Amino acid sequence: MDAAVFRTWIVTAAEVIEANRDHLTQLDAAIGDADHGINLARGFTAVLGALDTASPKGPMGPGAILTLTGNTLISKVGGASGPLYGMAFRRAGKSLGDAADVDLPALSAALDAALAGVQQLGAAREGDKTMVDALAAATRAFSKAIAEGASESEALRSLAEAAEAGAEATIPMQALKGRASYLGPRSVGHEDPGAVSTALILGALRDAARAGQ
Amino acid sequence: MKKLINSTDTVVTQALQGVAAAHPSLHVDVENKVITRAGGPRNGKVGLVSGGGSGHEPLHGGFVGYGMLDAACPGEVFTSPVPDQMLIATKAVNGGAGVLHVVKNYTGDVLNFQMAAELAEDEGIEVVPVVVNDDVAVEDSLYTAGRRGTGATVFVEKIAGALAEEGADLAAVAAVAREVNERSRSFGVALSSCVVPAAGKPTFELGDSEIELGIGIHGEPGRTRTAHTTASDLAAVALDAISADLSIQGDLLVMVNGMGGTPLIELYLMYNEVRQYLEARGGRVARNLVGNYITSLEMQGFSVTVGQLTDTLTRLWDAPVDTPALRWGR
Repeated sequence: MDAAVFRTWIVTAAEVIEANRDHLTQLDAAIGDADHGINLARGFTAVLGALDTASPKGPMGPGAILTLTGNTLISKVGGASGPLYGMAFRRAGKSLGDAADVDLPALSAALDAALAGVQQLGAAREGDKTMVDALAAATRAFSKAIAEGASESEALRSLAEAAEAGAEATIPMQALKGRASYLGPRSVGHEDPGAVSTALILGALRDAARAGQ
Repeated sequence: MKKLINSTDTVVTQALQGVAAAHPSLHVDVENKVITRAGGPRNGKVGLVSGGGSGHEPLHGGFVGYGMLDAACPGEVFTSPVPDQMLIATKAVNGGAGVLHVVKNYTGDVLNFQMAAELAEDEGIEVVPVVVNDDVAVEDSLYTAGRRGTGATVFVEKIAGALAEEGADLAAVAAVAREVNERSRSFGVALSSCVVPAAGKPTFELGDSEIELGIGIHGEPGRTRTAHTTASDLAAVALDAISADLSIQGDLLVMVNGMGGTPLIELYLMYNEVRQYLEARGGRVARNLVGNYITSLEMQGFSVTVGQLTDTLTRLWDAPVDTPALRWGR
């Protein structure tokens, strides 16, 4: 997977976040303060702008694209999502280094680094009803698929499906982190917006790789 | 929903332009969204920086000025500001004696301020954060994100601001900020939700006779939904929760705060109830604030904050302050 695929990923992620902005905001209204979709949409719009105006010395590789994405999200999103997604993309970008082409093991390592960054910063564990529930399930499924010899498209499909399943699994959970945790038992029965946006972003990765073939 | 705005994506910017135009005592960097004192930092004085989502005005920008904050960072509506803003603010208020960050205990605020403090330390500025977590509606346990920072933020900013103005060092200013936080508790009740401009509709729906108990300040639903009742009963609900967690004997500082959409006549009525409750139980309300200080857009409702006073804390509360929202002694 080359830089073009990663750029397509981010562009696709921005589109799918924008398309789901109201849905995410509504999820966040139920157990938060109704700004998740708005904030992420604003953040990704800024990321697209940053990618367009970036003028690095030479072409931007996959790692640089993800690092710029992370830095821009930190600067533009705010809330908890900004630092958490920012950290995820920064750690993934750092993991990819300046490789021009990313194979499945390298991508797996990058996703693991992203998850580790998010958990380090936010201290959430699986079951707390957060983005970690989608991201952890996804990274696990991706590693497993690669270990079983899956093709790129099969592995990415596993990634995206596991993320969606992980997000859906947050519905019966009681939130132990973030704004939703103030609601206690009332957070049960609602899908976590951060987990949903993670699933959307990973779905965009699957779609970007497919488009690149 | 009717609002006095031009478009949903220009609300914060245009409001800041209005703040700048209305208050020559402030310097408002609209582009970076940082509000500072027009006079700049004072050499040798600890700088006080706070910030949070927009939509809580006058918190925090309205508290920038002599005797209180040196800088405020307004984020998007109900969204924590970003590290970039906080770093600009921290550098702008650095008088060489270090900077106190007053951080309300919400995950976003805590994370962004944490990142900013690291960036500031990299530039050689000593930063000490104090986290405000006065809300009693949330269990302070392993099972939540911890108690929220609400009304006590105003008390912390005033009292720590006064001590900083006297020239105290960073450790002392941070210590008094923590003391005020530990001696204060709050509880809020919503009679209506609020409408985040970009969302276009209320964050939650309350029926005609429903209220939300134990709210935060971001329009998030509270801990319990229940039937509306009298002001007297509501005061008791709030103060039962507060007094279960804080001794209300002795001299007290009490704030009855409007959430933005409740008229002053009702806030004064609530204050009457709150005062009667406290004085019947051995509390002596020595100082008070009644009005809109930490709001949630147009939400109808109130929060009450009770703070224990000592001679020192009373002196610092009484110390001169000159900000758009609090002004006395000068």
